[in-house]
Amino acid sequence: MLLVLPPLVLLLLMVIPPAALALRAAAAPIAALELLNRPLLMAVALSLTTTAISTVIILVLGTPLAFILARYRFPLHDFINLIVELPIVLPPVVAGLGLLMAFGRSSPIGALLQQVGLGLPFTTVAVVMAQVFVAAPFYVRTAQVRFAAIPNELDEAAAISGGGQWDFFWYVAIPVSRSAMLAGLVLSWARALGEFGATLMFAGNLPGRTQTMPLLVYGAFERDVNLALWTGLVLVAIALCALAVGRLLAKGSSLPTAPLP
Amino acid sequence: MIFAAASLADAFDEIGAAFSAQHSGVEVILNYGASSTLAAQIGEGSPADVFASANERQMGVAQAAGRVTGDAPIFATNHLVVITPIGNPAGVQSLADLARPGVHVLLAAPGVPVRDFAEAVFDRAAADSSFGSDYKQRVLANLVSEEQNVRHVTAKIALGEADAGVVYVTDVSSSVSGRLAVVEIPPQFNITAHFPIGMISDSKQPALARGFVDFVLGPEGQRILAQWGFSPPPGG
Repeated sequence: MLLVLPPLVLLLLMVIPPAALALRAAAAPIAALELLNRPLLMAVALSLTTTAISTVIILVLGTPLAFILARYRFPLHDFINLIVELPIVLPPVVAGLGLLMAFGRSSPIGALLQQVGLGLPFTTVAVVMAQVFVAAPFYVRTAQVRFAAIPNELDEAAAISGGGQWDFFWYVAIPVSRSAMLAGLVLSWARALGEFGATLMFAGNLPGRTQTMPLLVYGAFERDVNLALWTGLVLVAIALCALAVGRLLAKGSSLPTAPLP
Repeated sequence: MIFAAASLADAFDEIGAAFSAQHSGVEVILNYGASSTLAAQIGEGSPADVFASANERQMGVAQAAGRVTGDAPIFATNHLVVITPIGNPAGVQSLADLARPGVHVLLAAPGVPVRDFAEAVFDRAAADSSFGSDYKQRVLANLVSEEQNVRHVTAKIALGEADAGVVYVTDVSSSVSGRLAVVEIPPQFNITAHFPIGMISDSKQPALARGFVDFVLGPEGQRILAQWGFSPPPGG
């Protein structure tokens, strides 16, 4: 009984809200045409494109970072580890405030960018920056743990066969870590999709340019609860699909490429 | 628990403290936000005792939800100004400049009272031949963000993140005033915002709620509101 009741309470807490969302939305159906209204379509398109870009950036920049942190010891190693983890515990609003102070028009960097015509606040670029900031740790952490688990013998074998560290990274570390990397990417992507506070602070809220789906849910709540409900429901559906696809891919790729514990 | 429009924050902080002092230290909890956010929360059943809205439309939302059943008298009025960061980087000198290409304009989100009032001002200006009938569309094309409430507009303009915003004249007297410059809106285009206050009908402390409403409408509340730049209600 003790093993069943606590999990049941937790599960109920996790199941009831999305279910309530679906029930309330179903009780207030809005015409299919209305569902495809412009704010919702624009928000879905913006969320999908910005999170796709963010995920690619996280993959390209985060993989070498995870590799270096996992395979090398150097001064400030632990400090950098801490920095990488900070966005996980930092409230996103604080992240947004920091981004605004760093890249806003009144900051030195922002003023410089402004002069070359690259104002960042209130742009789609700012949305992507906010997403990368808050979501990157989830991927870097997962990939780092996997890279660290590669036995040193493989590293040595690669070195003996004449390969440098790049060859080890590219031909050994990445192929054997594919499924973990994918799992980490899905986590990061999901976090980017849900990003709200940092975006609102740094990128603002404008349909078609910076109003992602979470911002639309928040904005619509006070004007049109039904639109908020349905946008929320679409978000739940997208997130569930992505999680399922991520799991399938991770399973598929783990069969041939996981000869290591 | 008082739900009050974000524009009332400074004045209601002071009114809350004065009311508490007068009622042997009763705790006054103030919850500020866009009136539209507050009205939606009240409609969804948030526990509140008093609602002070920045327009009659959002008070109407609370009334339609059955949470405000008594009368909701006007306790203050307000009008709008254009604000720019202190250096006025885009050189905004008049209402017409808001429509100039390249000016980054910040407004509150649709539904927030100050946005409705701002659009009413744009409509009036667009009816004037010197602005041109497409004036409102041109201003809205310059919009870079729709902020959650009027104080977010003020804060981001004060940081210099955008070139101009439309807020209440009372927002300029808040703590960020030193970093803002004001461009007056000519009276023929300006609007008068009426702020209504109402008791939540299922308040757990109806006597205190009624007392707070009376306090806001009374001489002490009116004095504090005037001190923060609010105008008295019509006929008051």
